[in-house]
Amino acid sequence: MDLVSAVEGKYLKEKKVDFKPGDTIKVHVRIKEGDKERIQIFEGAVIQKRGKGVSQTFTVRKLSSGVGVERVFPMHSPFLANIEVIKKGKVKRAKLFYLRKMRGKAAKIKEMEKEEGKKEGEVKE
Amino acid sequence: MEGIIGRKAGMTQIFGKEGEFIPVTVIEAGPCPIAQVKTAQKEGYNALQLAFGQKRKTLFNKPSIGHFEKAKIEPKRFLREFRTDKPDKQLEPGKEIKVDLFTVGEKVDVTGVSKGLGFQGVVRRHKFRGGPKTHGQSDRLRAPGSIGSSSFPSRTFKGQRMAGRMGNERVTVLNLEVVGVDLEKNMLLVRGAVPGKKNAILLVKKSKRR
Repeated sequence: MDLVSAVEGKYLKEKKVDFKPGDTIKVHVRIKEGDKERIQIFEGAVIQKRGKGVSQTFTVRKLSSGVGVERVFPMHSPFLANIEVIKKGKVKRAKLFYLRKMRGKAAKIKEMEKEEGKKEGEVKE
Repeated sequence: MEGIIGRKAGMTQIFGKEGEFIPVTVIEAGPCPIAQVKTAQKEGYNALQLAFGQKRKTLFNKPSIGHFEKAKIEPKRFLREFRTDKPDKQLEPGKEIKVDLFTVGEKVDVTGVSKGLGFQGVVRRHKFRGGPKTHGQSDRLRAPGSIGSSSFPSRTFKGQRMAGRMGNERVTVLNLEVVGVDLEKNMLLVRGAVPGKKNAILLVKKSKRR
């Protein structure tokens, strides 16, 4: 396994952004158009995180003109410029696929209260 | 035909130029010292015998130690032959063959022994479709169906595909793309899957069909 982890190590990002399913994030994606490169932002709720190591991915869901749009991003993709966490969500499960059936107010994720956020942070450390 | 002996280290994914995942097999390939050069005059065919892998010294018997001493190389665990078209004078016993034999983008053929899967039914072993699930059927879901005609020929033909032992046989996967070569770590990255389980011994050759 040593050689395998050596290969993976080259592609792993050092900087890790801490976010969880339920959080609302902005994903900055590098897009190549010919020689030019620009950054596109995809903003939405994280509905799942899966895998580990280089193969880790996360799914972001948003509503785009009334239509649900989901995008899967590889966590360590070289085309991810930045990930911003906008809101911490309060959810009770790791995979939020039930959101797909929800519309309007039901599809809203409650925001994490600040005190709770702190408590969680402490436990982690 | 040039080749090298390797060990399957495992599989992973790497990122391509477009940010896409590329499934790769990591192979620890070589270095393989040449143990013997076989020639048409002496042995009746042209081939290179390569050595690879470690084994405790005490496990070698005297004849095999003598064989390695003849080539003036350390005793190795595996000896494998690679056929060559004609003898190459530069390749003599004791010289090492390393991964730099291959370049990125090149196609290779990888030979190994596939995973032993034990006794498998006809659906898994030969991709039969099995029988229908409904319409009054019972015990027909994974059945092989008819294995031949009736009074003529009154027997089942040889080679009729049936259930049995699957895997654990020599398999060659053709035209795999080389995606990475690391001479320092003796590492070869090949796109896609390769026969056998982890730590299996593989023969990597330059692709026959280009």
